[in-house]
Amino acid sequence: MPKHELILLKNMMQPGYTGSLTDYEKTGGYQALRNTLGKIAPADVTTIVRKSGLRGRGGAGFPTGVKWGFLPKDYQGPRYLCCNADESEPGTFKDRQLMERDPHQVLEGIVLACYAIGSETAYIYIRGEMVLGSKILEQAIGEARVAGYIGKNILGTGINVDVWVHRGAGAYICGEETALLESLEGKRGLPRIKPPFPATHGLYNKPTVVNNVETLANLPHIITRGPEWFAAIGSPPKSTGTRVFCVSGHVKRPGNYEVPMGMTVRELVYEYAGGMRSDKPMKAFIPGGASAPFLTPAHLDVKLDFEHVAAAGSMLGSGGVTVMEEGTSMVWAALRLMEFFYHESCGKCSPCREGSSWLVQTMRRILAKRGRMEDLETLLDLCKNIAGRTVCAFGDAEVAPIQSTLKHWRQEYVDLINEAEAANLIRPEPVGKP
Amino acid sequence: MWSWGSVIGETRAADIRSLAACPLRTYQHQDCGRMTFLEKYKDEIADILSRYPVMRSALIPLLYVAQRDQGYVTESAMQEIAQLLRLTPPQVYETITFYTMFNLKPVGKFHIQVCKSLMCALVGSDTVIEWIKVKLGIASGESTADGLFSLSVVECLAACGTGPMMQINEDYYEQLTEGKLDRILADLRSTGTSPLKSGPFMWPEPAPSERGA
Repeated sequence: MPKHELILLKNMMQPGYTGSLTDYEKTGGYQALRNTLGKIAPADVTTIVRKSGLRGRGGAGFPTGVKWGFLPKDYQGPRYLCCNADESEPGTFKDRQLMERDPHQVLEGIVLACYAIGSETAYIYIRGEMVLGSKILEQAIGEARVAGYIGKNILGTGINVDVWVHRGAGAYICGEETALLESLEGKRGLPRIKPPFPATHGLYNKPTVVNNVETLANLPHIITRGPEWFAAIGSPPKSTGTRVFCVSGHVKRPGNYEVPMGMTVRELVYEYAGGMRSDKPMKAFIPGGASAPFLTPAHLDVKLDFEHVAAAGSMLGSGGVTVMEEGTSMVWAALRLMEFFYHESCGKCSPCREGSSWLVQTMRRILAKRGRMEDLETLLDLCKNIAGRTVCAFGDAEVAPIQSTLKHWRQEYVDLINEAEAANLIRPEPVGKP
Repeated sequence: MWSWGSVIGETRAADIRSLAACPLRTYQHQDCGRMTFLEKYKDEIADILSRYPVMRSALIPLLYVAQRDQGYVTESAMQEIAQLLRLTPPQVYETITFYTMFNLKPVGKFHIQVCKSLMCALVGSDTVIEWIKVKLGIASGESTADGLFSLSVVECLAACGTGPMMQINEDYYEQLTEGKLDRILADLRSTGTSPLKSGPFMWPEPAPSERGA
């Protein structure tokens, strides 16, 4: 049993817990809503969340209360909340569990957030492939509507919040908040240039907040138990609360583990996930989903919170920890991720659209043992010209695997190229379309 | 007065009412003998339209309805949707081609999509893809001659801890082994569904000793 208290996964660990409304109410569900609506002023809810130090769990880690505070105070007209359930970062599968096993926890968070920002409509943008998840959420919304937690005049307080499930259709980029809004408007999911930010010009050009599933699921607990309680968990003051880490790759027990932020990678991988699957030692890990640069076992004692992971040269991102054992080719691994980014580049910005294709082709050439030494410079030069030169953060994400593997495992690239030169295969032959 | 609503086409209650009121006289379909897509699903479509203040938002949900009807989105369905949402056909087409989950051509009765991204590849997704190719005799992007199975190799499906995995139509199948794959294919052939599909996701399952703690 974990040595610490579970918050988000607590209910679903109970025997026989089905995630139905009755089950959720038995565990104290919707009490936060009852105690908040009409009893605490919306502005005070925002203050509570700001005090708790809750930061976005989707990847960027922006403080949630601060984000809410950006909404124009005097705006007359509709505002929107979008729950980002697109969960498409490779290595991440926590939102799926939160939605499919305890949907009411997420819904209560959504209604609380709507109350705080004065929104009457919330859309859950769930990734299209999660058909089961969308059905479970729709059923839960139906239950909550009948019980009076969602809909018109919630619990007799005169507050209206409608929640709709909107399925995406298989585009990674729609996890980026402005692309999500474009997609929700029925367009291609191309990120918007910021500013203006969604807080002022979001969905249908109205003030909008986009929050991740895990962020919203934390809200009922923060309201019920107070911001001080939440702010004391994890590694305060900057990374408070727990985090559901998704461990995948070459470990004995992959899966979702909720731990306080600030736990070391070593503890997470060797105690929770059971260590490496075979007797091969660890070679590399990614601490925060595919967009986060690779780290080496030298970083095993890095604390998993926003600051420490950033200081180690990577990012906490969405919390997807992928572990690779000795013997895994880092060139191959970087290429696999690069192929993902090539496939998912939305095509809006030329550096990312063209650059990802060039990167894939160059990487394929190196892996096919037809590379040349200058390819390494080409790769780095390309990366330099993609990162920071695109509308959204996708450009920075897509160069992470190549830059970090070249930094830590340059010799593997060099060995492949040397082999090519020794075999006199340096004539670059076309390796096919990416 | 100028407003955003006039530019982006806000859903008007009248639109929904006229749709719900059968028959749709305003819409003329060339294929007069067949019920049009909009008529067939008019209640569901009216329900979808009522959720959004701007009609274009209903585009992706409506395309899903069209895909469920035929297994892929037909050109006539796209035109009907364009007319209903007051979009031009290119606006519908540019959207549908951006997203990977819409089929513009017929696919097999069971559309197998295997994840090949790094996390699944680390635990053997390439082997799974080879098994399927050999067992069904098709390459990625192809369908079997009997029209039962189509194979696509896709990017991450958010089941990285339980790889290798695949999605068949709406269901996830995780922690695949060769034996499991054989059973799934046999089940689908004989009954059209398989009990091996994933339920509400939770991994790892709590060990019995941890339950109730």
